[in-house]
Amino acid sequence: MKVAQKTIKFLLIAAITLFTTVNFASESDKKQDNQNDGGRVNTKTEVEDYILHHIKDSHDFSLFSYTSNGERKHVGFPLPVILWTSEGLVTFMSSEFHHNDDGHVIVEKKGLKFAKVHSKIYELDKGVSSINFDEDHHPTNAHKVLDFSITKSVVGILLIGFLLLFWFSRLAKQYKTKQIPTGFARVLEPLVLYVRDEIARPNIGEKHYRKFTGYLLTVFFFIWVLNLAGLTPLGFNVTGQLAVTACLAIFTLIIYSVSGTKGYWMHMLWMPGVPVLIRPVLAIIELAGALLIKPFSLLVRLFANISAGHIVVMSLIAIMFTLKESLGVVGATGLSFVLSFFILLIEVLVAFLQAYIFTMLSALFIGMAVEDHAEAH
Amino acid sequence: METLLNDFSPGLFAVSTILLLALIALMVKFAWKPILNSLEERESGIENALAAAENARKEMQNLQADNEKLVKEARAERDAMMKEARDIRDKMISEAKEDAKEVTAALIEKAQASIVQEKQAALAEIKKNVAELSIGIAESVIKKELSNKKDQLELVEDILKEVTLN
Amino acid sequence: MYNLIGAGLIVIGAGIGLGQIGGKAMEGIARQPEATGKIQTAMIIIAALLEGLAFGALFLGK
Repeated sequence: MKVAQKTIKFLLIAAITLFTTVNFASESDKKQDNQNDGGRVNTKTEVEDYILHHIKDSHDFSLFSYTSNGERKHVGFPLPVILWTSEGLVTFMSSEFHHNDDGHVIVEKKGLKFAKVHSKIYELDKGVSSINFDEDHHPTNAHKVLDFSITKSVVGILLIGFLLLFWFSRLAKQYKTKQIPTGFARVLEPLVLYVRDEIARPNIGEKHYRKFTGYLLTVFFFIWVLNLAGLTPLGFNVTGQLAVTACLAIFTLIIYSVSGTKGYWMHMLWMPGVPVLIRPVLAIIELAGALLIKPFSLLVRLFANISAGHIVVMSLIAIMFTLKESLGVVGATGLSFVLSFFILLIEVLVAFLQAYIFTMLSALFIGMAVEDHAEAH
Repeated sequence: METLLNDFSPGLFAVSTILLLALIALMVKFAWKPILNSLEERESGIENALAAAENARKEMQNLQADNEKLVKEARAERDAMMKEARDIRDKMISEAKEDAKEVTAALIEKAQASIVQEKQAALAEIKKNVAELSIGIAESVIKKELSNKKDQLELVEDILKEVTLN
Repeated sequence: MYNLIGAGLIVIGAGIGLGQIGGKAMEGIARQPEATGKIQTAMIIIAALLEGLAFGALFLGK
């Protein structure tokens, strides 16, 4: 039984690998490289562009690319692009952009022209055939469209979501038959207990923590596993996407605003024990703190930490190319390996720490909102 | 700030909001609720078991204390009984001694009394015998020597001397 | 150029702040090792708030 399962797994993985490789070998594009080295990333500016490109979301899932016979070949698979445009919904596969990211490849659908610039899809204005840029490299004759594409980040969210569901529903199922889980679930149990007993319970309080533990657990594991996935060669940068962290922060904001007690709002809007003239000023400051600064610090912290981590790791890996002239191949590679290895270790810690801090601060804010002010003061 | 806003993708925001909402709902329903419930159940089970163990221990202690009390009581009872027995024995011995003393005293008294009686009887007999003897002597003396007054007196004096000696 | 100088200033400020937080927390832990958990939690929260502030400033300047 087990052998059969393993064989099936192996076949599945082999099939997917084969599929993506074949798919992409045929899909290599010939025209876009204006340099004669076939699009290798090896100068400082190219490295910088590459890193900044990686930090952004992408419309196709590319694992790596290589050059053969002066042609750039990409390994990975395309993802569907779903746009809400002036003409309604438009969908096509991202392979139609041919990995172009500077707006040169124009895709025509439903009589509309689309171009991709720095991982953003623009709809060209009517009657325009190519995209123009101003000096800041912003398109002048095109506008952004609402982009609901299944991007790499969305794939990451889906993948990790299913993984979490699979892991934890299995853990839940194990409790039906035995008291102590076995196998991988045994690793998960103390983590669940940790979040419940070290984050939710002390910060929210014994009385209310049950209601919010589900949210906190989901957020904690979601962020943590996605952070870790970002450190793998799959190259997810989901928690480094402002949209995703903003979404998480706004969830926390909604939860602590909705569940805030009367005392919490009273203390915010009409602080007792303070001269009446100062109360409106305080109310403005407190409101800004609760509704803007708290969620903003939550979202920016996670985004900045993860993005910075990715930039640092990739820059250190890039030492291999950028310092090749001054240190020699072996020296540059060795230095790059040592530095990026240690930074990666730190990043593993940061992955946990950021998930912990996000969950912790969410719990703290919720706890501040639900505590009984009459008793506290 | 401008770059930040430029990087922000409303589409991704919408998609991730929907996905996250779904994920939270599914996770709460299929994972966290059963997991947390079973964890709480297990914890309360452990707590109950601990409390039960504590109770059992206390009961054991109570039982032991009871046992000790019983043993102590039994010992005290035994001691009391033994003391009583000893007292009775002592009393009996002393009573027996007393009785024996009385009996001996009575016996001695009786013996003494009978001795005195015997003595007196013996004395009386002796006296009688002496009297008879003296009478006999007197008779014979009288028969023989009543003629001589002087002899008579001598004789009487002799006899009296003898008699008073006794 | 100017925002690079600004970023440097922010990093200096945040560094001083983080150093203060970490140093005081260490002192506290050394003085009362049994309160390590509580001190660490408080330290992380304050450091996180500071970090949020610093990142906010950094991104406002970007």
